[in-house]
Amino acid sequence: MAAITFEHISKRFGSVNANSDVSFSVNKGEILALLGENGSGKTTLMNMLSGIYYPDEGRILVDDKPVSIRGPRDAYALGIGMVHQHFKLVDVFTAAENLVVGLDPDKKLDRKAIAADIKEICDKYQFDVNPDKKVYDMSVSEKQTLEIVKVLYRGANILILDEPTAVLTPQETERLFRVLRNMKQDGKTVIIITHKLHEVLSISDRVAILRKGEYIETVDTADATEEKLTELMVGKKVDLEIERPEVKDKKLRLEIRNINCINSEGVKILKDISFDVYGGEILGIAGISGNGQKELLEAIAGLEQIEEGGSIKYHAPDAKEAVEMKGMTPRHIRELGVHLSFVPEDRLGMGLVGSMGMTENMMLKDYSKGRGVFTSKKAPRELAEKIKEELEVVTPGVTTPVRRLSGGNVQKVLVGREIAASPTVLMTAYAVRGLDINTSYTIYHLLNEQKKKGVAVIYVGEDLDVLLALCDRILVLCGGQANGILDGHTADKQEVGRRMSVIVEEKDGEGHE
Amino acid sequence: MNEPLLRIVKNEAMSFKKKVLIRAVAVILALLVCGIVITLITGYNPVTVYVTMTQGAFGTKTRAWSTVKEMLMLSCIAIGLAPAFKMKFWNIGAEGQILVGGIVSAGCMIYLAKIGNAGLFILMFLLSALAGAVWAFLPALFKAKFNTNETLFTLMMNYVAIQLTSYFVAKWENPIGSNTVGVINQSGHEGWFPKICGSQYFISLIMVLVLAVFMHIYLKYTKHGYEIAVVGESENTARYAGISVTKVVIRTVLLSGAICGMAGFMAVAGASHTISTSTAGGRGFTAIIVAWLAKFDSATMILISLLLAFLESGSSEIASKCHLNDFASKIVIGIILFFILGSEFFINYKLIVGKKGEKK
Repeated sequence: MAAITFEHISKRFGSVNANSDVSFSVNKGEILALLGENGSGKTTLMNMLSGIYYPDEGRILVDDKPVSIRGPRDAYALGIGMVHQHFKLVDVFTAAENLVVGLDPDKKLDRKAIAADIKEICDKYQFDVNPDKKVYDMSVSEKQTLEIVKVLYRGANILILDEPTAVLTPQETERLFRVLRNMKQDGKTVIIITHKLHEVLSISDRVAILRKGEYIETVDTADATEEKLTELMVGKKVDLEIERPEVKDKKLRLEIRNINCINSEGVKILKDISFDVYGGEILGIAGISGNGQKELLEAIAGLEQIEEGGSIKYHAPDAKEAVEMKGMTPRHIRELGVHLSFVPEDRLGMGLVGSMGMTENMMLKDYSKGRGVFTSKKAPRELAEKIKEELEVVTPGVTTPVRRLSGGNVQKVLVGREIAASPTVLMTAYAVRGLDINTSYTIYHLLNEQKKKGVAVIYVGEDLDVLLALCDRILVLCGGQANGILDGHTADKQEVGRRMSVIVEEKDGEGHE
Repeated sequence: MNEPLLRIVKNEAMSFKKKVLIRAVAVILALLVCGIVITLITGYNPVTVYVTMTQGAFGTKTRAWSTVKEMLMLSCIAIGLAPAFKMKFWNIGAEGQILVGGIVSAGCMIYLAKIGNAGLFILMFLLSALAGAVWAFLPALFKAKFNTNETLFTLMMNYVAIQLTSYFVAKWENPIGSNTVGVINQSGHEGWFPKICGSQYFISLIMVLVLAVFMHIYLKYTKHGYEIAVVGESENTARYAGISVTKVVIRTVLLSGAICGMAGFMAVAGASHTISTSTAGGRGFTAIIVAWLAKFDSATMILISLLLAFLESGSSEIASKCHLNDFASKIVIGIILFFILGSEFFINYKLIVGKKGEKK
């Protein structure tokens, strides 16, 4: 019996067809993985189920009856609950308060009853939630658990999870999957959105595949392989092998010693970090998000205030003396002759100016080169045209605001500009986040090209499989501390995952080369 | 099933032609609605009313120049506000900056009448710009150093400026007991803009045109303009690019305040030849609408200023001709602005009624 049936669902945003004529059904009591690349319309489709959007065409059936879901309230009434990728919790409320917020306003807040209900749900599915803990004190994984409990508390029989594992360590993911299996046993229907293939294979019963807003087909997980799923998802055969060229001629570029940072809230976000960066290799940085990755790169780039002590020494390819670049502004660092390129995590909020076209974005770091008081747009325009052509950036023109481009194209513009500056050190933060498979592989390829040229590449990533396949060495951050540097060729995923969550006492020689 | 009746959908990028069309429709609709309102209140034929409005604004040479004078003031202030607003610095303090510019100009006219017109003009020009810049500098400094809220700060600077003006009005009172400064240098016209091409507003016109061209080039083609655009979009991007946000904020707001101060100079030397607390007369706020509607484009700012000036003088004409009070004309202006601003919604979004393509 079908829990949910989509019939000819279409949804457009302006000229973009987010979903066109999607029809399929989800069986009762199964775990269905909804698979597709970014922009394939997975989230849009699920948002129509949870009442965030309303379909332009087509209809949705719940338990074989046509329904009209006009808002989240309607969805809850039908027993549909969604855990969004970006949590929808009130930070200053406790877990219990978050559960009841938005429910019947006339009802008295009975903390005891809520706590009892929470306990019942937790016992049933093996969760662990403290009803009196404030959300701002919770870890990402705790928040996610709370979101799931919230959905169950409100009586959902159909759960939708939007990329729940993106923010979890391998261990936490395993725990989540156990819970999902418990729910399935209890007769709940689960839809999980993801684009991690091995997770799809390990958790789901069936896989529904979307591509560019269209429904492709549903396959039984038992018959699926990673290769087959990728092919269905992308529409052609893709080589999933990430190349890792041999490291030749490794040269010391950055010597980072005892860096400490305190963020604007007064929290010590980097603790006594030391490591070396070599030209000709890719250094990966792994860690649960928010464990200092962002601050570390920004500290090196001169964008984050570094506490007293410590040093960042740069060894230029042709210089004998190293230069100290700690505590300098980005402009100073450039004027020192350090060719440091940086692809920040926040592409449109830091790396690019969204309202400007490609041309004007090309001049972001060297607009001062123009004659006198005026800017010169000739060279940037040529560079923009070149990048547009070489990286196949899809844009109406080099003057179209980059905000209007898709995520992958925005990233191509940013990476293209940073590589065009012929760096000796190239730092990238989550360079492939939100990109489709093809663009991701283009980025890996570009990074490898830089590595072969002798550039020191730093790759902060979240997908451990990619980190282990691409990087020569992996620095693991945990709570703002460097928790070992592992060899990318030999490191194992469980070990990286463990170091992401627990500080490992280093014995001499272990982990280091 | 019950369907939602109305849905709002985001529009794709629209062609220039279509945007102009939507705005034109908005203006026509505004005129129609105004017509209906006017007829309902007064019983006059709306066509006659519009003819009266046009006559009120441009009917005689004097009236035409007076409309132009109003347009020039609004344009000058809007040009001054443009760089600050483009940088997302909410300068609500143009009123105060105009007033201090005006006080300084009036002071020059009163105390330095003897040094001759050429020197007097240069001094008035420079000192009024300086006064406006100083008035804007304080909020800018606090914003850059301590990240204080510039909206409140600039707004409060207005009240300080108004009190300061009252003080000087009392000090320069002429004749004693009138509680006004009266027309300064009535006999010798020292510090008055001379009449050129039959109008005392000609010099103001040239001044505004020069400022408009300057601002257009400054924002579009200079490094400073580029920095303003980057800082306005995102301070993080600016820091990433190596732009000193503090420096750009202070420099830009100084420029903004200086031009608003010049508007005060223009008001005193070029039009009223006196100073009072109503010298700015709310134009510092109206100009904010001008700057935003024009999206900081100089030529568009002048056009919108012209529209507002036309509405202002046209509607006060119908008010007096049709024996309505001044507030009726404000209603007319309100209706027209409502439609113009409302048309932006239809440029960015479209409405879908009911559900299309449901039954297949």
